Amino acid sequence: MTMRESIEPDMTPLGPLGSEGPEGPEREFTIKARTQGQMVRRRFIRHRGAAIGFTALVIVIILAYTSIGFWKIPGWWYLGYTKTNPIVNGGAPTLDVLPAFIDGDGFMIGPHPFGQDQIGRDYFALTMRGTQISLMVAFVIGILSTFIGAVAGAISGYYGGQADNVIMRFTDLLLTIPILTIAAVVGNATGNLGPFFLAVVLSLLIWTSLARLVRGEFLSLREKEYVEAARAMGASSPRIIFRHMLPNAIGTIIVSATLTIAVAILLEAALSFLGFGIRSPDTSLGLLISTYQTAFSTRPWLFWWPGLFIVIIALSVNFIGDGLRDAFDPKQNRVRA
Amino acid sequence: MGSYILRRILASLLILLAASFLMFALVTLSGDPLAEFTGSNAPDKARLIQERIETLNLDRPFLVQYFLWLGGAIGCLIPGMSCDLGVNLSNQPVTSLIVDAFPTTLQLVLAATILAIVLGISIGIISAIRQYTAFDYSITFLAFLFYSLPIFWVAVLLKEFGAIRINDWLAEPAVTLPTAIVIAGFSALFFSAVVGGSRKQRLLVGLGAAVGAVLIFVGLVASGWFSNPGMGPGVVTIGAAAAAVGATLLFTNLENRRVLFIALGTAAAGVITAYAALPLLEDPSWLTLFGLGALVTAIGVGLGWIFGDIDRPAAIRAAVLTSFGVGLLVFMDRTVSSFAAYSAEVNGRPVATIGSKTPNFNGTFWEVTLDTATHLVLPTLAIMLISFAGYSRYSRASMLEVLNADYVRTARAKGLTERTVVLRHAFRNAMIPLATLAAIDFGAVISGAIITETVFGWKGMGVLFTSAVQRDDAYQIMGVFMVTAIAVLLFNLIADISYAILDPRIRLS
Repeated sequence: MTMRESIEPDMTPLGPLGSEGPEGPEREFTIKARTQGQMVRRRFIRHRGAAIGFTALVIVIILAYTSIGFWKIPGWWYLGYTKTNPIVNGGAPTLDVLPAFIDGDGFMIGPHPFGQDQIGRDYFALTMRGTQISLMVAFVIGILSTFIGAVAGAISGYYGGQADNVIMRFTDLLLTIPILTIAAVVGNATGNLGPFFLAVVLSLLIWTSLARLVRGEFLSLREKEYVEAARAMGASSPRIIFRHMLPNAIGTIIVSATLTIAVAILLEAALSFLGFGIRSPDTSLGLLISTYQTAFSTRPWLFWWPGLFIVIIALSVNFIGDGLRDAFDPKQNRVRA
Repeated sequence: MGSYILRRILASLLILLAASFLMFALVTLSGDPLAEFTGSNAPDKARLIQERIETLNLDRPFLVQYFLWLGGAIGCLIPGMSCDLGVNLSNQPVTSLIVDAFPTTLQLVLAATILAIVLGISIGIISAIRQYTAFDYSITFLAFLFYSLPIFWVAVLLKEFGAIRINDWLAEPAVTLPTAIVIAGFSALFFSAVVGGSRKQRLLVGLGAAVGAVLIFVGLVASGWFSNPGMGPGVVTIGAAAAAVGATLLFTNLENRRVLFIALGTAAAGVITAYAALPLLEDPSWLTLFGLGALVTAIGVGLGWIFGDIDRPAAIRAAVLTSFGVGLLVFMDRTVSSFAAYSAEVNGRPVATIGSKTPNFNGTFWEVTLDTATHLVLPTLAIMLISFAGYSRYSRASMLEVLNADYVRTARAKGLTERTVVLRHAFRNAMIPLATLAAIDFGAVISGAIITETVFGWKGMGVLFTSAVQRDDAYQIMGVFMVTAIAVLLFNLIADISYAILDPRIRLS
């Protein structure tokens, strides 16, 4: 809150926070009673970058999982990602988004919108398959590492003492090691066990920063009156941790989980690019770029599409994280433009 | 302070020990150094296997292997003891491999980090001062975009557009409509955003910048500047004067004629020295360059000392900064002037895509410098983009916090100029938290270097590491790992100590 706003002369003394500026719509929504969840949701939707990012991410997820299907469920796209097809149009993309009045032939998807690779595989299907795997890896890492980090941080912050010492020294250790080096060694050894296993292993490496954050949060929450009250009423430690304290640290946790997903997308892509991540016959966006990087001069689309999807996903997730941070920030009751 | 540093060093050593054990366990347990023999049908296979088992102590228990390795590795940290990091699978000593590779990576990492810090902080501060303007929003978006870019993708793109296409263009410079539009657009956006002000003012500045940039560009192309670039004495003199004015602005203000004239005098001394010593600058050594630089700096300091009077400290600072600026300018001018000769020697493909230097390249000092620069530019750009985002975001946030602090309001209320408030009161304090960021960022830069080196074929630590992981080469991985871990720990230590020095509120002990 800047100085200007708090000395506003015609400030409404009856406003619930007493510090809100007089501009019409803002006053309206601070006066109306809302639950914490409603306020967070409202701030999130009004954050333009976050709203756009969220929409883009949902579209990408739906596109990736419905188009070629997953597991045993078939999708609506007519080509599989392993089948080789006769080369159409020299393998170049048939997608044409320019309307007719610019280049004369109008919007068209064509048989191979993203083009084909050297042996005729449909690149749209391949990219979608890569997106599926990359998204799966990123979300597994996001969820699992958040879980580990939150529990470790909670235990560390709540109990203190010896447990705290051990956990914090361990995070010190993992934070010292450049993540890519250790991930490359582990990925190289376990890469042939499949994407899911890789994701699990990577989550074991990147939970530490969240554990630090949650610990910090718990150190201050531990001294709060309601925790004291819960303890006085005879609540067990696990109950206090999970029912009383964790919900109050949820903002930190969700924001960090989101940003971890963005980190994970890039980490998986980098590992796969170096050859220590996802292996053939599985595919991922990073592996696609790695496979086709030498084809840049002859078939540039093989390089463009997977990169574009990585950027869209990572950018959306980063914007969502930024929006969530603003939305959960209790000091903020103004909506950002 | 001393005991704090000592304790921190001890703690770092313990972490290093634990990290080395963890990594050693991971590396030796995950990889099989005998794997490459399984498909081999060499006649002396059994002997080769036996030899490798003996050199790598594979028949000893894991803990014994670790302590044998540790015994050699500890020597590297203690001066006077021999440093032995074991041998790799090709029987080369890891220590010498690292000694060869380290300078290459250091060059890359240092250049990228320094550029990212300077650019990121300046852009972040402008963005904070112009909060919620179009410039601020574009920088925020760009920072998010750079955060989200996979570095290897950027690196491959840079190779294509930053090297191959640029080289093609340099072979036959021509003005095309798209290049003109891009140049006009960028300069319009940049200058209008930096200048700020009312909408009309920004529009005018943008328009002027666009027209000016295109005119300069067309003029440069028409005069064949791109095939034989250089700055010439005129531009160097103007640049030196600008450096003097800038240095004066930074330390006092332009009304302070005394400091301004001292800075201008230093600039003149620098330019005169450079052109008087032109024969020396044909093919100088670093020593000559440093000598000339020191001479000009000494003249500047002398001028400040003699004529500085009441403003002596400010005058000396301005003079030193000016002489540094002039030195940089002259250095750039000389380097760029040898571009035509250099370009001819590398067959008209000046921007390199592979390696850290042209193999077997022999030229004058300036040509060698140019050779290094053209090899450095793209990988540095790739690494820089990603850390740049972090620095600009953090310096913006930190600057905004400081600008809202009470003492800045006090400074404004005293009637100080906006420049004094921003540069002397806000900027210095806003920089304190960034010391920590530089340390955290360093780990990311190393990761970035591993990937970038792979794409650009630099023979540095990154390639040493990836090739070792591919071969399950335990000792080579450990060697690279130890160097990076030590570097990260060292940077953390430096950050903590500098934090304490910069911020008097923090008491260590």
